[in-house]
This record gives sequence, C-alpha cells and structure tokens, in this order.
Amino acid sequence: MLLSEMKEGQTGVVNRVGGNGALRRRILEMGILKGSKIYIEKYAPLKDPLELIVKGYHLSLRVEEAAQITVDDMK
Amino acid sequence: MSQKSLTIALAGNPNSGKTTIFNNITGTRQKVGNWPGVTVEKKEGIVNKYGYELKIIDLPGTYSLTPFSVEEIIARDFVLDECPDVVIDIIDASNLERSLYLATQLREIDCKVLFALNMADIARTRGIKINAKKLSELLDLPIVFTIGNKNEGIDELLKKAIELAESDIDTSGKRKVKYNKDIENSISKLRSFIENNLEISLPYKTRWTIIKLLENDKIVRERVLQKAGDQARNVIQEVQLHRELLADRFNDDPEIVMTDERYGFIAGIIKEVLTTIAKQRIDISRNIDLVLTNRFVGFPIFIFFIWAMFQLTFSLGTYPMEWLDSSVSWFSMSLDGFLMDSLLKDLLINGVIAGVGSVIVFLPNILMLFFCIALFEDTGYMSRAAFLMDRIMHLIGLHGKSFIPMLMGFGCNVPAIMATRTLESEKDRILTILITPFMSCSAKLPIYIVLAGIFFSAKAGTVIFCIYFAGIILAIVTGRLFRSTLLRGADAPFVMELPPYRVPMIKSLIIHMWDRGKIFLQKMGGVILIGSVVVWTLSAFPRNIQYSRDYVAETNSVKALYDTEITTANGLDRQNLEKKQDAAIEELEMARKSEEVEKSYMGRMGKTLAPVFAPLGIDWRGSVAVFTGFVAKEIVVSTMGILYLAGDEGSDTLKNALLSSDMTPLSALAIMVFVLLYLPCLATVATIKQETGSFKWTLFSITYCTSLAWVAAFCVYQGGKIIGFS
Repeated sequence: MLLSEMKEGQTGVVNRVGGNGALRRRILEMGILKGSKIYIEKYAPLKDPLELIVKGYHLSLRVEEAAQITVDDMK
Repeated sequence: MSQKSLTIALAGNPNSGKTTIFNNITGTRQKVGNWPGVTVEKKEGIVNKYGYELKIIDLPGTYSLTPFSVEEIIARDFVLDECPDVVIDIIDASNLERSLYLATQLREIDCKVLFALNMADIARTRGIKINAKKLSELLDLPIVFTIGNKNEGIDELLKKAIELAESDIDTSGKRKVKYNKDIENSISKLRSFIENNLEISLPYKTRWTIIKLLENDKIVRERVLQKAGDQARNVIQEVQLHRELLADRFNDDPEIVMTDERYGFIAGIIKEVLTTIAKQRIDISRNIDLVLTNRFVGFPIFIFFIWAMFQLTFSLGTYPMEWLDSSVSWFSMSLDGFLMDSLLKDLLINGVIAGVGSVIVFLPNILMLFFCIALFEDTGYMSRAAFLMDRIMHLIGLHGKSFIPMLMGFGCNVPAIMATRTLESEKDRILTILITPFMSCSAKLPIYIVLAGIFFSAKAGTVIFCIYFAGIILAIVTGRLFRSTLLRGADAPFVMELPPYRVPMIKSLIIHMWDRGKIFLQKMGGVILIGSVVVWTLSAFPRNIQYSRDYVAETNSVKALYDTEITTANGLDRQNLEKKQDAAIEELEMARKSEEVEKSYMGRMGKTLAPVFAPLGIDWRGSVAVFTGFVAKEIVVSTMGILYLAGDEGSDTLKNALLSSDMTPLSALAIMVFVLLYLPCLATVATIKQETGSFKWTLFSITYCTSLAWVAAFCVYQGGKIIGFS
C-alpha cells in the first residue's frame, strides 16, 4: 500500500521510494529507505501534511510526497 | 611569541544543539533556534585557549552534504575550500542513526573529524544507550560527550580538537563507507583512468571526486571541468559510462544506491553501539504535540498564540512606551529652556529629538515581539506552526516553512527576508521575498497607532487588525498570481523534521531579543537620525520666505489693540481679554508656521507629488510624510509631527493638528492602506537585492508593491466615498 493510505497509529516497512530527482534523494537521506520501519504519528488538522516517526525521530511529509512511497503494512 | 592559530568548524544536523555549543565556546551572541536551518549565516568567533588562537566557525545545520539546499552548499564548500584544521560534528545523541549520515559524508571528504555526542542526558531518559568507546573504535575518531545547554564537556571537546589538529594522522586511510562490489569496482577503474592521465589535476581528493561524479553532483562536475579544462571531459565521459553501467546493474540511479549503502554502513555501526531499552518512557514532546497539533484544538491554540503575541506586544508594550514618551518630552523641554534660540537648537529639538524621539518610544513593542518570535523558535513551536500551516501555504503555492519568514515579517522585513534562505527552492525563496513586505512590519505600526488612534479611537484595535489582515490577503493573492505566471512550477517538497520541544533558556531568549532590538536601535542611530535631519532641513529651509501676510505687523497690531482694552478693563474682563489676546496671537503664529512649512523645500516637493496622491485622499503633507518613509517607515510619523506642526510636545498635539486638518477617517484609512503596501524601506530594499541577487527582481518588487498600494488606496478612498463615508 501507499504510505499516504496509512492511518494514524499504523506501522509499516518501506518497500520502495518512488518519485525522482532531489526530492527522492532527500527522502532517502532523511532515513526513509527500503526496510525502514515507519510509524504514522498523525495527520495535520487539515489532513496534510502527515507526521511520522522513522529512525527514532519525527518527520513531516506532504501527502502527495507520501504517495510516492510504498510500504508493507505491519499491523 | 605569537600564538598558533587553528580553524575549527562546527558541523551538524539542524537542532543538534550546535549553536548552543558555539555560543558556549565563543561567548558571542548568536541566534539559537529550534527551527531547522536557523543558522543560515556562517558565524565565527575567536577564542584564545590552551595557548592557541581558535577560530570557531559555525556551519549551517544540514542533514547531508548532497548539496540539496543553500546551507548544504555553504557547509560543504567551507569544508572543501577553506580546509579547517578540525571539523567537530555535533551529533544529537538521541538521533544517532540519522546524524551519522552527515558524519559519513564528512569522513568521505577526508577532513579531521571529531564527534561531540550532544544531549546524551536526553537520550538516556529516552532509553538510548550509546557505547562511545566502540563507536570511536569503529569509526576511528575521537568522541566527546557534551551537554550544550549545561556547558558540560565543552573544554574537553576543545582539548581533543586541538590534539587532533596537531596530530599528523593520515585521514585518507581511515575507515569510510565501503560501497558494494560493483560501485567499488567502478571507483577503482575510474581512479586508474585518472591516474593514467597524469596531466589531469582534480580540485579535490580523488576518491571523493569520483564518488561525487558517480552521484551526478553538478557542482563538483562544474568544478572539475573548470580546473582541468578539456582534459576533464574524458573523465566525465568515462564516469558517464560507469553511471550507465551501474544504473543498469541496480536498476536505479547510482546516487540512490549509494545513499542506501551509506545507511547500510551506518546500520552496521548502530547495531554494535546502540542499545535501546525496550521500556518506553513517556515522551513529553509527543504528549505536547497531542495537544498542540491536535486535529481539533491545534488551530485554535495556534491562533491563540499569535493573538497572545500581538496582545503582549501591543497592549503590555504600551506602558513602557508611555514612560519613554514622557522622558523624551521632558528631555526636549529641559533642552528648550537650557539652550539659546538658534538654528542649532531648532535642529536639535525639532529635527533630532522630535524625529528620533517619536520612534524610540516603540522600542518596547519591538523587543516584545522579537521575544515572542524567539520563544517560538527556541521551544520548537515554529516547526509545528509550519506543520499546521503547510496546507494553507501550499494553496498559495508556498512551503509551510515560508510561514516563518512571513511571520517574522511582522517584526521586521530585513531578518524575515534573510530567513527565506531556509527555503530550498529558489522559486519559493523569490516568491516569499516578494510577498513578505505585505506582512506589516513593526515600524509601520506607529503610523497605524497614530492614525487609527486619532480617527477611529474606540475601534482602533479592530482597524489595525483589518489592516494587518488585508496585508495577509493581498500576500495570498499575490502568491497565487505569481505562482501561476512568473514563478510557475511546484513548490519545494515538505520534508521537515519536527524536533523535540525544548525548554527555552532565558539567557538565549534575551540574547535573541536584544540582538534584534539592536538592529532597530542601530537604525535609530543611523538611518533614522539622518532621515530626521534631512526631513528637518527640507522643512526648515529656505529661511527667507516671502509670506503672503505681514505676520509681525499683524501680531503687533493685535497686541496693541488688546493692550489698550486691557488697560481700561478691570477684574474678570481683564483676564478674559488677556486670554483672547493670547489666542489671537497663537492663531497668527500657527498660520505663519503652516505657511512656512508649505513654502519650504519639503512643502514644494509634497505639492509636486500631491496630484498623484489626491485621488487617494492624501493631501500634500501626507504625501510628503509617505515619501520620507522610504528612508525608514518610522520616519512617517515624525514627518507628520513636523508637517502638521505638532512639534515635539507629544502625541496630543499631533492629534489636535490632524483632527483640525482636512484629514478624514476615510483618508486616514487610505493612508494606512497605502503605507501597508507601498515600497519597503531602504534597508529592506537592500536586503531584497542581496537575497535575490538580482536587480531585476528588486526593481520588480518595488514597482509591484507601489502600484498595488496606489490601486488599493484608490479603491478604499473612492470606494468609501461612493458608499457614503467621508
């Protein structure tokens, strides 16, 4: 499933980071790589962006950016 | 004996506490904040310690040296080109894994690196334990534990840094990221290709250059071409071949694979040095965020904070403002009694004190506003504000981060425009710079306070709020307009860290507040002082005015007329007559002064400009006042004071003078709207030029602002007249 489809409180493992260019690289550099565990902390009040926990810190991403990332649900 | 001098650069992720450590070492005052990338400028400080002169450079906080943003380019170029003796990588211990990404890149550059494991106390409470000895062994570099805000470990850090700088270890042999077989294969093939072409000289170390070229780093490629000229083309071509080969092999760009590999290398280290206690302690930061970025109460709280900031600034700030105001008038009055009548006295009292005095009273407001902004920054709330606002900012075509420069614009446009450097995309930066001047800066506030206070007394607060609001709306409209025309394209991605909340240090808040207040005071000492003198000169000269009436003769005849009556009258009549005499003389004097101003250079200038301002309901005095505002917005009020003959006796006289002039509430509103939007002050224009790096954009910004201001004020005045206000 896509990262943007995950709900608050769900955990997933990154399968693939799509997109291209600088954005993709930046997302990878921030630690969202294949195999990273991601916990969806919350969505912003206006449903965009979202806050997630990866490698022990809090990061925010826009929904459209999260839609480039596929994850495997861990329940 | 001269001391040996060493250069130490501080590198690290944003929010790693780098700036705090820098402040602790150098003792210089510098902005510390929780907003990612607050350290935009390169700051340095020199300290003499342990027999060395240490030059400490605070590099911008970055996550990587890719280079993805301006900060990363600044930081990387410094390490590459200035070759500091030691680079101290400040690592947030509770964020070790991600921090090591930058560390591996620093190691690849082949500089002497030292780790400061900062905020280990916080990491420990979060159940994170780091085996520093092991980490030090694995990466073969010294590690020092520090607690920045308690000033612990700083001395040891410096000692270790000096030790490392003085050692003659060869960094190229140190352990670095080993990439997978295919990439290493390409690296060694390219290395021998370069070494076989002996004439080629690379600007940087060979392995690093090859890695960067494989990563398709445009900056490095340009520099290699520059340095090695045509010979480098072969190398670039060869690299291109290998890039294609690797891309084919991994079915992905080599730079992506290499990022992956670096994290793989880091994961290996983490496994050996980091132990996390499974029992999760209560994470205070997360709990705070449960409320502050909550779906329902997040926005109300945000609006409340902004409202509280304005209240604190503008209501609480009134008291010290009044004290300052009365001290200024006291000073002016005592000087008046003390000095002989002369041109110099006129300059001092009506030029310098009246001008500077009417502005300095706003210092408390400005300090308080900056205090609030520093509080937002230092606690970490600023990035939450960006998190909350991104959706809305995204609608304008801007990044949530743009909200912060815009918010700071309410304080002063100069630091606000400088803060746009935190934005990664150039288009975003220019767009934010173009709309930030619509955020009504604190220097414009005195104008609103005076005009709204006089003409809308009871509703002044609401009127001022509406003015601010109008600025925001026009900023949004402008943003959308430009995003879909001049600066087309998507805004930068929103990949932003939400750092843990931190208790702000009072000392650092005060330093922030004072540093920014100082900018205001420096403006007082320089631009505004000069501006006041210029304005006074323009209004006090020429001295020999041809008056339309002979005021001296008229005054004398009035005097004589009453004098004869007074001598014949008695008791109560006498007193009444004396009062009447004074009033008549006063009236003549006012008429004379008014004519004097009208015929001064200033008055002539204003009258020339008047036709342009007439449709806005602004008379020549208003147009002169607005005109002088280019020097600095604060001057507008003092010019009004001089032109409307309020002199130096405080705001009540200005109030009476304005009320008795032709100015109506509607034209006052038109002036306020005009002031809100028209060309920013000299300092801001200079900053726009500096930050856009383009004369064209600067000119565009000025023209756009001013035309919009005219149109908006025109609509307010003429529209208001049609609706029936006057």
